[in-house]
Amino acid sequence: MKKVKSSEITPERIYKNRRKFVQNLGLAAGSMFIGQNFINLAQASSNSIEQEITEYRYITTYNNYYEFGTKKSDPVENSQNFKTKPWNITIDGEVEKPLKLSVDELKNMFPIEERIYKLRCVEGWSMVIPWLGFPLYKLLDKVSPTSKGKFVKFISVLDPEQMPGQRYPILDWPYKEGLRIDEAMHPLTILVTGLYGKELPNQNGSPLRLIVPWKYGFKSAKAIVNIKLVDKMPTSSWMKASPNEYGFYSNVNPRVDHPRWSQASERVIGGGIISPRIPTTMFNGYGDEVSHLYKNMDLKKYF
Amino acid sequence: MSKYSKIIVFFICLWPIYSISYSIFDNSLGAEPVKKITHHFGEWTLIFICLTLSMSPLKKITNSNIWIKYRRMLGLFVFFYATIHMFTYIGLDYWFDWKPIINDVIKKKYIFVGFLAWLLLIPLAATSSQKMIKLLKKNWKRVHRLIYIIAIFGILHYIWLSKTIFFGPLIYLIIIIILLLFRIKFNKSSTKV
Repeated sequence: MKKVKSSEITPERIYKNRRKFVQNLGLAAGSMFIGQNFINLAQASSNSIEQEITEYRYITTYNNYYEFGTKKSDPVENSQNFKTKPWNITIDGEVEKPLKLSVDELKNMFPIEERIYKLRCVEGWSMVIPWLGFPLYKLLDKVSPTSKGKFVKFISVLDPEQMPGQRYPILDWPYKEGLRIDEAMHPLTILVTGLYGKELPNQNGSPLRLIVPWKYGFKSAKAIVNIKLVDKMPTSSWMKASPNEYGFYSNVNPRVDHPRWSQASERVIGGGIISPRIPTTMFNGYGDEVSHLYKNMDLKKYF
Repeated sequence: MSKYSKIIVFFICLWPIYSISYSIFDNSLGAEPVKKITHHFGEWTLIFICLTLSMSPLKKITNSNIWIKYRRMLGLFVFFYATIHMFTYIGLDYWFDWKPIINDVIKKKYIFVGFLAWLLLIPLAATSSQKMIKLLKKNWKRVHRLIYIIAIFGILHYIWLSKTIFFGPLIYLIIIIILLLFRIKFNKSSTKV
């Protein structure tokens, strides 16, 4: 029905190849790689494609983190004195071996990997971010979810003393998010402890946040204190705030608009004043890896 | 004297142009420069709507006619900034790619009311001259009451495009409600007299 332009396909190919490329690299090599500030992709064909990593200053000054305020510049301004030590995380609920441990213990439990992912915000912009972290499935394997553990609920910290945004009813605090167990176990789903080869800045969700690259950015909860396996689909803070606008799945999907604005295209952060919008791709370009999770599902209904 | 004061106010009203030009040349527009420029002119349009609506309440409060002298100029600046705001969106954001723009106007309520507000500004700008006031007589006042509807559409546009009403849209909503409430009060008191 619809002719597919090459410009619409390339991003998927880019991210797929890039991911493979990045996965093959160790952490040290990955950091050197960032020094160049872009990624070279050896394509099967003769041409190579460059996908620029977003500049560190944009990744760390342009944030949606309503606990610290609703303006993009609020998180960096209001989070600098936020205390992330000591920080304990509980993994409990429908599991055989619940865990309670500090972030430092958690960091030492698994090898830290670098993952360069595209982040697509529900507001219609995107960044390419080199995260440091480990796949969530490794942690979930440790606690052995029971057969009742069908969903994973993520609960962020509640601390209105330190988080001025939590003094107002902007969202249902503490911030809550959720994934289906197969989404949580997917190897692309990671828990993040750093970016750009450094510790995770406070404004980016320190000390521990989630990243699910094929979903809109708000699904990736920040400053997590509790990971709970549950048997019923959890209601996220955004679902509660506006159920017809923010669904449980919130997969990046150019064909399903936000009720109030289009999701067909996006602005690339750092592109400058004359950079054009680019088309948004299904599952943010990770369709080859994740589309099987949603087979036979009406993604318009389960948005 | 009054001529000079009008010229001074005129150049002060161009402040949004100076400030955004500075940011462009200083390269300090930040992560999303196009959005920043669009929002800059959108917000200044709202500010000028509020300023325009403040003139007759100020007249009543201060018992001075001086405010009304500037109302026409402020109103024309609303149209000026609204037009730049819209063309930033059409040209700089969407590069005159009409298909998604038309789609937005039809399907997205925040774009729809924003566009409608701009359309309604056209008759106000076109009938702003002294000549038109004389020509339209009583109807002139009726036509220019459209600014109340434009103000409501403007704030709805801002609320609907924001992920949350906290705090920018909420502040403008409160200001516009207060300014519109003045009208109800005045109209009541004037009918009593």
